[in-house]
Amino acid sequence: MHDLNNLLLLAVILCNFFTLGSSRLGACIRVVALQGAIISVLPVTVHGPTGHSLLLGIGALALKGIFIPWLLFRAIREVRIRREVEPLIGYIPTLLIGALSTSAAFIFAEHLPLIAEHRDSLFIPTALATLFTGFLLLSTRRKAITQVLGYLIFENAIFILGVLLAEAMPLMVEAGVLLDLLVATFVMGIVINQINREFSTLNTERLSALKE
Amino acid sequence: MIGKALSHLLLLFLLSPLLLGVIGKTKALFAGRWGAPLLQPYFDLWKLARKEMVLSETTTWVFLAGPLIGFIVPPLAALFIPFGALPAPVSFNGDLILFVYLFGLARFFTAGAALDTGSSFEGMGAAREVTFSCLAEPTLLFVLIVLARLAGDLSLGAMLGPTLQPAWHQAGAALGLALVSLFVVLLVENSRIPFDDPNTHLELTMVHEVMVLDHSGPAFGLILYGAAMKLFVLGAVLVRMALPMTYPSFWLNLAVFIGGMLALAVLIGVVESIMARLRLIRVPQVLVGTTLLSAFAMVLLLRQ
Repeated sequence: MHDLNNLLLLAVILCNFFTLGSSRLGACIRVVALQGAIISVLPVTVHGPTGHSLLLGIGALALKGIFIPWLLFRAIREVRIRREVEPLIGYIPTLLIGALSTSAAFIFAEHLPLIAEHRDSLFIPTALATLFTGFLLLSTRRKAITQVLGYLIFENAIFILGVLLAEAMPLMVEAGVLLDLLVATFVMGIVINQINREFSTLNTERLSALKE
Repeated sequence: MIGKALSHLLLLFLLSPLLLGVIGKTKALFAGRWGAPLLQPYFDLWKLARKEMVLSETTTWVFLAGPLIGFIVPPLAALFIPFGALPAPVSFNGDLILFVYLFGLARFFTAGAALDTGSSFEGMGAAREVTFSCLAEPTLLFVLIVLARLAGDLSLGAMLGPTLQPAWHQAGAALGLALVSLFVVLLVENSRIPFDDPNTHLELTMVHEVMVLDHSGPAFGLILYGAAMKLFVLGAVLVRMALPMTYPSFWLNLAVFIGGMLALAVLIGVVESIMARLRLIRVPQVLVGTTLLSAFAMVLLLRQ
């Protein structure tokens, strides 16, 4: 089980790299959906197939793997954008920063006072690296939809951390987190449509230059 | 020792054009054609060897040194690589650096021969080739560092030796990443799709083929043969990493190795059939990505 977890987490990190390096929105959404699907397996592989972990896994899969990507696909179809143009920092530099922060996450996790059973697993460094990736996407991309993706990746990282605590956390708290995410995506979807209707582009930086 | 080296080289000389034949056949089958016979590369080499060689008056000895060194280097490099479980004939501490830069030497002379013609078209190809290879080089070195760290030894013979199989259990993730990165390096170094198209001529996007446009007859044959052997040598590293089994029987080991090489050729053919060529400006991006992947494989390993 330990090896399987590590492989899954490695796949999560590869998804991070892909979203940082790719300019195609469709592919990015697909990869973030894949990442959501991968991490929704984690509760079951970590805690065994109990009712709690199964429910959590299925909920996460339905939301992160299927429903939210479907919403995002609908959004990009409606506003007809295919790719992110001119991110604030180019693709190769963001990829480099992403790789550096991933390495830094691994080094940092070494020095954390973790309990022995988490020390060898990749959970903590992966979660930290995924957090950084979410931050990077949020701060370097111009399109609202890529920023939503960054937010989703950010949430995935929190989910990975949460998996370690799943035994201690009541189900309702997790359900609340998932629901928050869903609502946030809805709001983002509406905002995206609004921005598009007002400005005929999705570049959020235009929002800072509002005029009468 | 000498006998071993000779059998090693014999395997290389005899089998390397076959890989090109298998790749061509796979592509043809994918395209719904029957394709050229599997032995076509051998016929091509034989045909080129009998042809007349035309030398431009403006070229110097460098123009001929390119094909010659491109032909000599792969057999030299092959001596450091175990073919499957058959051990490498020559092995010393640090030969991985020699291995990497032997190919660097060949590239230097190929680019030199291209520049020697004075054609701006070939100069462009040389510039691209050198750019791509300098981006692919860190990946190759990172992969070798991963292998060296796992084996605790700095010779290729030991790195790809019997310690590889337990290493897959110990650090499968890192080795898997290294394997994928090495496959990309293999495609770049041998100018295959998606990085370069070995079949195009006179197209402004091509890289390697443009450098050898002015070579003809036996010299061009040497280039083709050298390229086939380079594919074989780098492929041998990849196949050994993917199939680290060592059996007591010599023939079984040989069969596993040759089977692995043919499977690799089919895989390259499949990749070439289902992928389009990357746009030129996307190539560095992909190569930086694989460098990061291989560097990440090393970070994973350092953690253990």
